[in-house]
Formats: sequence, C-alpha cells, structure tokens
Amino acid sequence: MCSRKYVWLPLIIFLLSACAAPAQTSSAPRTLTVMTHDSFAVSEPVIRAFEQANNVKVTILPSGDAGTALNKAILAKNNPIADVLYGVDNTFLSRALNEDIYQAYASPGLANIPNTFKLDPQNRALPVDYGDVCLNYDKAYFSSKNLAAPQSLEDLLKPEYKSLTVVENPATSSPGLAFLLATIGHFGEDKYLDYWRGLRTNDVRVVNDWNTAYYTEYTRAGGTRPIVVSYSSSPVFELIEAEQPKDGTPAPQLSEPPTAAVVSDGSCFRQIEFVGILKGTKNQDLAQKWIDFMLSPTFQEDMPLQMYVFPVNSGAKLNDTFTKYLINPQITAGVDPQAIADNREAWIQAWTEAVLR
Amino acid sequence: MTAGNAAGNRAGHNARQIDGPPGDQIAVRRSGRRGSWILLTLWLAPLIFLGAFYFYPLAGILSASFARREGNLLSPFLAALTSTSVRSIFAFTVYQAVLSTLLTLLIGLPGAYLIARYDFPGKALLRALTGVPFVLPTLVVGAAFTALLGPAGWINQALMRLFHLSQPPIDFMYTLAAILLAHIFYNTTIVLRMVGDFWSHLDPRLGQAAEMLGATPMQVLRKVTLPLLAPAVAAAALLVFIFDFTSFGVILVLGGPRFATLEVEIYNQTVSLFNLPLAAVLALIQLFFTLLLTIVYTRLAARVTRPLSLRPQRFTLRRLTTIRQRLLAAAYIGLLVLLLVAPLIALAARSVTRVESSTRLPPGQSDQGITGATAQRGGFTLDYYRELNINRRQSLFFTPPATAIGISLLYASATVLMSLALGIPAAWALARSETSWANRAMDPLLMLPLGTSAVTLGLGFIITLSHPPLNMIGSPWLVPLAHTLVAFPFVVRSLTPALRSIRPRLRQAAAVLGANPLRVFRSIDLPLAGRAVLVAATFAFTISLGEFGATAVLARPEYPTVPVAIYRLLGQPGALNYGQALALSTILMAVAMTSMLVIERMRIADVGEF
Repeated sequence: MCSRKYVWLPLIIFLLSACAAPAQTSSAPRTLTVMTHDSFAVSEPVIRAFEQANNVKVTILPSGDAGTALNKAILAKNNPIADVLYGVDNTFLSRALNEDIYQAYASPGLANIPNTFKLDPQNRALPVDYGDVCLNYDKAYFSSKNLAAPQSLEDLLKPEYKSLTVVENPATSSPGLAFLLATIGHFGEDKYLDYWRGLRTNDVRVVNDWNTAYYTEYTRAGGTRPIVVSYSSSPVFELIEAEQPKDGTPAPQLSEPPTAAVVSDGSCFRQIEFVGILKGTKNQDLAQKWIDFMLSPTFQEDMPLQMYVFPVNSGAKLNDTFTKYLINPQITAGVDPQAIADNREAWIQAWTEAVLR
Repeated sequence: MTAGNAAGNRAGHNARQIDGPPGDQIAVRRSGRRGSWILLTLWLAPLIFLGAFYFYPLAGILSASFARREGNLLSPFLAALTSTSVRSIFAFTVYQAVLSTLLTLLIGLPGAYLIARYDFPGKALLRALTGVPFVLPTLVVGAAFTALLGPAGWINQALMRLFHLSQPPIDFMYTLAAILLAHIFYNTTIVLRMVGDFWSHLDPRLGQAAEMLGATPMQVLRKVTLPLLAPAVAAAALLVFIFDFTSFGVILVLGGPRFATLEVEIYNQTVSLFNLPLAAVLALIQLFFTLLLTIVYTRLAARVTRPLSLRPQRFTLRRLTTIRQRLLAAAYIGLLVLLLVAPLIALAARSVTRVESSTRLPPGQSDQGITGATAQRGGFTLDYYRELNINRRQSLFFTPPATAIGISLLYASATVLMSLALGIPAAWALARSETSWANRAMDPLLMLPLGTSAVTLGLGFIITLSHPPLNMIGSPWLVPLAHTLVAFPFVVRSLTPALRSIRPRLRQAAAVLGANPLRVFRSIDLPLAGRAVLVAATFAFTISLGEFGATAVLARPEYPTVPVAIYRLLGQPGALNYGQALALSTILMAVAMTSMLVIERMRIADVGEF
C-alpha cells in the first residue's frame, strides 16, 4: 500500500520542472535559432567551430518538410520563433518572398556564387545549394533484358518502356514537383499535359513520396520499376552508400555506380535551396554571421555528404568520388521563377486532372 | 436519458434481471451537491491540460487561417461546401472508415472472445505481437506489405511459381484493399484489448444460466453476451473509426495518389496550395463529424452500460478442450498471424537481407564495374545492424540506436504517467454519474484531439506555444504532452466501461463504512478496474513509442525517438541507409513487444486480489 503513494512522485517532479522556466546566466553564449526542413544535417566539428568562433549556441529547429517549415515561418511572422530560415527552394521561393518574411542581407559570400543561382535580386533569400532532379535507371535491369537505357524524357513514351517508370506526385513530393516543372520547361506550357497523358497510357506509376518510389517501386530495392524520378547525384550515393561489410566476407564492392541518371539537355530540373534572415530577429549580427558561414567553403564542402546536395560556391571543392562519377546535366529545363510563382497551383491541379483522375 | 434505461430493450431487461436488482441503476444517477464538487475537482486537471495544449493552439491556428481569407467569414465555408471534390473526398473518407471499422471488428471480436475466455499456450506472446503494428511507421509498413504482397513480393512470387504464371496474380498495392488491410493491421489490437479485457471479467455464469434455461449458443451471444459487451465494443469501434477517419500515412503510402481522405486534403491545401482558410474549414468539418459521432456514442454508451458483477480473470478462463474448439482456435490464430504478424516477419526478414544487387553484367557489357561479387542480393547479412552504431560522417544529429531507444522509452513512460494522471480522474468522473451536466459537456470533448487534423494542430502549436504565456518551443516536454493528447482519449475510453460496470452498492457500502472518496477509489475501483488500467497504460505506451508526426516537429533533433531516426534514414539514398532503416524498425518492434510483455506482467491489481 505504502509504495503506491510514490507512483505519483515522478509525475509531480515532472510537472514542476515543466513549469519552471530555464534560467539564463549572463556569461553564457548567446543562442541562434535556425529553422530548417527535416533533412538538415551537418558535421559536428563544422558547426562546433562556428559556435566557438562566435561564442554562440546554435539551436536547429527542424519544422517538417520544406513547405511545412515555410508555412510555420509565415504564420509566426509577427512573433518569429527563429532567427534564420533555411530550406526554402525555388518552387516555394515566391511564397516566401510574397509573404515578406526575410530581411535583405548582401553577404560577402555571394561574390563566389554564379548569378544563375541568385533568384532574388534583393538578396532576401540567398542561394546555398542545388540538386538536379532527373530520371534515374537501374543499369542491371536494362542490361539483363538487353534493352537500351532511356536517354531522354521522350523515350519514356516508347512501347518498350511500358510499365517501367515510377514518378512522385507533385502535390505531395518536392522531387515530384521538380520533375513536373522539368516537363513544363522541356515541352512547353501547352504541350506538357500531352506528354503526361502519353506517360499515363504507357502505364506510369505515381506514388506520393520519394521514399516509396525509390525504396519500394524501384527495381534496385526489389520493386518492378527500373526508371525512377530522383536526383542526378543518386547514382553516386548508391556507390558511396553501398554496403561495406566489415565481417571479412568478400564484399560486393562496387567500383562504379549501379544506376545512372538521364542528364540530356532539358530533361532535369534544378532545385536551388535558399537561406534568409527572418524579419524581427533580435540577433541580426549572429544571423548574418550564420549566413556567411553557410556560404563559406567549410560548410559548402560539408553539405554533399550530409544533405546530398551540392555547393553553389564555386570555390568549394568536391570529394573525389563526386568529381569522378557525378554527371550533372549541362542544360536544365528552364522555367521562369515568376511563372512558377503565378502558375504553381494551377499546374499541379491540371496535372492531377490529367494523370490521376 | 434515464428513460432509455428504465424502459430498456429486451436484451437489457434480461441482463438486468440476471445480474441484479434495478436499485443499482437508480442509485448510480443520484449525485448530491457534494458529488458535483467532486466531479468538478476531478475535471480540473484534464480541463487545464486540454485548454492549454489543445483548445488554445487550435483556436490560434483557426483564427490565423481565417484571417487570411478573401471575402467574408462565410466564403471559405461556402467554397468548401459547394465544391464537388470536397464532397467526394468526404464521402470516400467516411466510406473507407466505415468499411475499415466493420472489418476490424469482424476480425477482432472473435479474437477478443478467444483471449477473454480461453487459456492457451503462447497467449501472452500473441497479445504482445498483435500490439506491435501500433508502433510502426507507415512508410515501413508500406515496405513490409510490398515485401509480402507487392508484384515482386513473396506471395505473388510463390503463386507465380506454383501455377506457372507470367504475371503476378495479385494486384494489391495502391488499391482500396491495401488501405483496408493496413487499417485492420494497425487497429485490430484496439478491439482485442478493449473488448477482450472487458469480456474476460464478464461472469460466464450469466451465459451458462441462459444455456441451462434452454438458450442456444447463438441466443446466448445475441441476448446475453453482446448486450453486456456493448459498452466496450462501442468504445473500441469509436476509437477505430476515428483513427480510420483521420487516416493520413496509410492513405499516402499504401493508397497512393488516387485516394484522398480529409486529412490528406488538409495537408495538400496547407502545404502544397497554401490555402489556409479552406484547410481550416476542412479541419472543422473533420472535427465536427468526430464530435457528432462522439455525442452519439456517449448517449448510446450511457444507455447500454449496466452494473455487473465483474469476476476475477482466473474464474472466467477455460481451456480449449474439444478438438473442434482447438481447430477453430487454431484456424483463427492462423488468420490473425497472417494478417498482423506476417508483415512484421516480412519486415524483420528484409532487415537481415542484402538489398544490394551484385549481379554480374552479361558479357559484352562493361563488367569492370563490379568486383568480387560473391555476396548475393538476398543473402543474409547483419551489416545494417552493425552500421547503426557507426557515425561515419561525424554527423551532428547522429544517434546510436541505444540512445534513441532510451529517449523513446523515456517519452513513452512520461506519456503513460501523464495520460493516466489525467485519464483516471476523468474516467472516474464519467463513471460516477451520467446525468451531471459537467460529464455530459466534457465527455464528447475528450475525443476531439483524436479527430483533429495533425497538420492543423501542428501549425497551431507553433504559433501559440512560441511566446508567453506558454513559451515552450524547443522544450523536451512538448513531445510527451503531444503524445498525451492522443493517449488521453484512449485511457478514458479503456477505463470508463470498466469503472461504470462496478456495482455502485460496493462504493456505497464503503462510503457507509466511513471511507472517503479517494479511499473508495483505491479500495474498490482500482482493484476492480486494474486490468483496464493496464490496457490504458499499454495504449499510452505504444502510442508514444510509435508516434511520428508530432514528434518530428516538436522533438529536439539531438534527441530523436526511434521513429524519427527511422524516417531520417529513409530520407537518404543508398542500400546501406535503407537497410539501416529496416534494422531500426525491427529493433523498434522488439522493444515494443518486450515492453508489452513486461506491462502484461505488471498486474497493478487484478480482481483476484480484491
């Protein structure tokens, strides 16, 4: 009987400590809060060096996928919960700029970034990284069937590629939307729906997220579709993230990517991710330092292996594996950012009507 | 409301005559001045909790959303109500939820009977196994179902080999069937636990008496057992329905883009189209429907509940004696294993199977790409488990599995404590009186958090809990608080039928002998409802262990739970990351199962100790 009383003790302690506000001491480093999407990652030494150099504690606030994180920043506009927002990409950029959540900052780091990445002339949103969304295919599948691998978007309409492709839903997936934009840039606004109707006739499979496409439907993971919408870098990561058995058994070590990306002109869409200082921050000096840091070679060189995206800073060096195996598209499909801003919703809805209904 | 009880339907009338004098019925509804004070005190903590962490964020996001509307306040409502696509989405949401709930009951009720009435080897294991799906992330379950029923899955492959077919015969993925099966997979445990545990305390002598008087087994079931079980069945069905009604991950991953529930559409409108006023209207429709359903349930539950002589479990359990009984039980357990356990096995098997293909390219092709190819795709490997402990990239947010498990268990324990601390007083208040205005007002409100769009409420947390008076963003307490919001209705629904069924005369006798209300609760209610408390604790525990949506957004990235760590791995390319995600999922299953077996053993106080 007696012991039952103490069952409540941890709860009381728990609730009391929940109510107590964290005490702040004056000598402690200041805190910088960085709001990001869930995919944010960084090496520990890289961020610790920044913290030490600036006597700051960086708090990362992952806030859902890129769209959700942006929505949160917009809704908390009058009462910003972070100093910096990272992760808005060029498909969401117009929403961020229209809602006026960023303050401009012309970071000195911009000097090393090619102009093609700078989509906001006022420097409210600064480019950090890019990734090219392209078709990927499983080499082993095509060689075992003695079938030529696809070389262009048009190839997917051929009868021999019937039922071989899986794509993501542009309404729920960011690579899915990027690929839709690639087809709009490639075929034009008046023809892209015809292309998609053709894909539908050729039994394209649509799933809601990249995970399901890549890890369930793609033949590499035991699915039935050897062509998938992913990134131009995915083949290199297949190589880097291949199994490296440490139990002494002879390893199926790959010396070349087992998959490849279709990088012909105009068949990929370039996603660029941006960072910006949120209006109303009380740590403007630190926020600016953080932006300089994200654009610096140290952070930029850390990104590929942490977040699977590539530096916009032309001074940043890439790991040998990338310089050896990464094949990026020469010319990506061009869609005017303003056109994306104006038509995003209408395009997604038209696509839904044509492909899903 | 007493009218329904006084008149009673035929079955109810029968049951009451068997069970006890009608005096019990009237006494339970008499509450004096002192009674209503006690009720208010009991409701205080749940009210503060819901007010601060549910109504306040919800009001915040709804007002912020409607502030962004064009036109007057009615225009987003009109837009939603006149839209044919909203109407068809609503119809599909209800349709799939009704179907899923009926099927889940169909599968679950025989299991509840088996677990309640019979003792058989492996029963504890079966109970624990059927609870595991509750903790699994939908993406992983999608992978498990694909491994089992996908075009290249085991079943299709076996059928193709067996009947020499050239095409996989079962087209399962991205169909309504996949959605229904996944809902059954997730929710059968609710029926098994809530109904099974209530059933196990029903006095079998009631049915035996009816049989002695010449009733057939069917008649006993229809006229005695089912009416007595009704409160538990209704509570379980309500929870299952609300879960299916607000389904999100299952629809996205297993249903594919052709299917959309309200919750999916709320996400689309919020994130993809940024139409917050419409999203808010849809969230309100979902909420209103949940409220309506809960009100119906509360009225119904009050009508069908009657005080019973609950019996200790050891007096109600039998053994499977005849061959026919054993065969039926074996057939049913086989079905349950096929539906609920096979996907788990498929998942565990995939986590030790090499994903990486090492097929040599045919001659003529560049074959220098692959060297030393001896390990075959599909071969056995423990690499994924080993790799989990290695931080190759010195990543800031790397968390070894042991740490993630520790964090998950910590959050889950906190959730159990908090949801019991809030749920026990609430359930007790509900059980004391059905006519008090406080109860009638509070009861339907308790279910609202379950029927609320997680997308909407998540945004609400951000805009209201990020500044005084409740500045909590980044606080580790937010995670168990959010979990408690989901677990609390489960705790109340598991406890209330049991507490209501306790004969008021026992409480009255204790009170007459001088026991204060707390003493009455400790000496009468708690021992008699001990099993129900365990069931409630198990639900709270598993809900917290498996929760992903809120955790991903509220948890500090340096303290991820196991599901958050799984999703992190699933977001990255390469066989190694995928294998690790499956390995971690398997570890999560093992942790969930062990915990449930431990909780099973912690008998707080079974009726037997009374």
